[in-house]
Amino acid sequence: MAVADEKFMQVSMGPQHPSTHGVLRLLVRTDGEVLSSVKPYIGYLHRGLEKIAERVTYPQFTPFTDRLDYLASMNCNLAYAMTVERLLGIEIPRRAQVIRVIMAELNRISSHLIAFGSLSSDMGAFTPFLFGIREREAINDLFEMVCGARLTFNYIRIGGVSQDLPEGFTDRTKEFLDYFPAKIREYNDLLSYNSIFIKRLADIAVIRPEDAFDYGITGPNLRASGIRWDLRRAEPYLVYNELDFDVPVGRGEMGTTGDAWDRYMMRIYEMEQSAKIVGQCLGMLAPGDHTAKVPRVLKPPVGEAYVRAENPRGELGFYLISDGSTKPYRLKIRTPSFANLSIVPKLGKGVMIADLIAIIGSLDIILPEIDR
Amino acid sequence: MEAKKIFDILSGKFGGSIQQLQESTFPPSVVVGSDAIVEVCDFLKKAEGLDFLSLVCLSGVDLKEQGRMTVVYHLGSMKHGHMIAIKVELDRSSPHVRTVEKVWPVANWYEREAYDMFGIVFDGHSDLRRILMPEDWEGHPMRKDYVYPKRYHTWDV
Repeated sequence: MAVADEKFMQVSMGPQHPSTHGVLRLLVRTDGEVLSSVKPYIGYLHRGLEKIAERVTYPQFTPFTDRLDYLASMNCNLAYAMTVERLLGIEIPRRAQVIRVIMAELNRISSHLIAFGSLSSDMGAFTPFLFGIREREAINDLFEMVCGARLTFNYIRIGGVSQDLPEGFTDRTKEFLDYFPAKIREYNDLLSYNSIFIKRLADIAVIRPEDAFDYGITGPNLRASGIRWDLRRAEPYLVYNELDFDVPVGRGEMGTTGDAWDRYMMRIYEMEQSAKIVGQCLGMLAPGDHTAKVPRVLKPPVGEAYVRAENPRGELGFYLISDGSTKPYRLKIRTPSFANLSIVPKLGKGVMIADLIAIIGSLDIILPEIDR
Repeated sequence: MEAKKIFDILSGKFGGSIQQLQESTFPPSVVVGSDAIVEVCDFLKKAEGLDFLSLVCLSGVDLKEQGRMTVVYHLGSMKHGHMIAIKVELDRSSPHVRTVEKVWPVANWYEREAYDMFGIVFDGHSDLRRILMPEDWEGHPMRKDYVYPKRYHTWDV
């Protein structure tokens, strides 16, 4: 804590702080309870993943993508695999595509459960966090069945998935899907429509559509501002074009379109849609190969591609340049949280300190993918 | 809109500053002279039918063998669903390019990252500091000829 000048006080929030969702430092200048400026300092989790990518072969980099957004490792695996496959020109068997969608959507649900839970605990309600963790455990059990891991899966590989679904997976997933909608109703009764919670979030930190474009906001945060943009619909990959699901957008139900409550509620709506997608995919599972025939040594032809996918937090893109060797020449990782965090100095100006917690929580950032 | 058509529109408007169309990349890329980059970006953002409202990704690339550095701007339009990459080629010994943060504010952070990792200087940038590495770090780690330090302060690295 330091006095910046007579009027303002400078306070460092983080790097170790329970509500910053990782190792993030926010340097705030306060005038009493009101913030005059917020400056994020990032990089505490920088591991140089882009540099590492230039030193390892293409398949060897897959486990590193798990460490980008560890709450949605499947989705990160998927985006990376799709990037390399585009350069290689590999067709993925249909069964592998359906399995990938199942995994991506289950992981989206488990990631949104954490978003839901952590925002609630930021707002001072700890119980919903435990509720979210409870359902997430069920999904983690499913992931453990398919690949043995519960956090860093390394399951979606270049060419397909590492192994076929185990016996009993479909039944256990159906069991989960049967009881999950009731849980969402429980979350809504407990938290979403709780008047204290609404008062903490409604009309707070409104992101207008033009600001969302300017700051590269993607994913649920963008849709909360009323823009119907979802890569699963806009640039369908895998089997998404055959699936029936809605893309929910913010409508300002409790205040203004694009406020923190809308951003929170997008996650609830999307969990419903993801559960619907998983249910449809289970019905589409036909016998077939779980992976394409991929050469032992991967040498994508010289070229470059920017491939993106809809992650729980927004658009994850890989810009890959191949020089024809076994290792990437350059791999730039465009992560959604990096851009989503860059709007915080703008949103944080002139709000109360407690609202800054709501802003960070409602943006649902995750630091390992910001710092890479 | 087709990349060829975007290239023709740009060529008609900016002439010789629009140097090349690369259709083999995904998405297709247009190589632009570094002196015109801000005007080209501003035009791409505002022109009707193009509407590249989003700077999706900004990457530095070190082409050491060719003595060049490239800044790649991936632009997207959610209105029309099209994408294009704009490339600026810079001299590797002193990479300088004007900032586009006035066009897309998110470029502020992207450019800081490219500066941090590659040492590309964005002229006119409001706050060109390192973003991921510590402020007193020496060198730019993503350069191909980067030499790893043996020590950082009191630590062996």
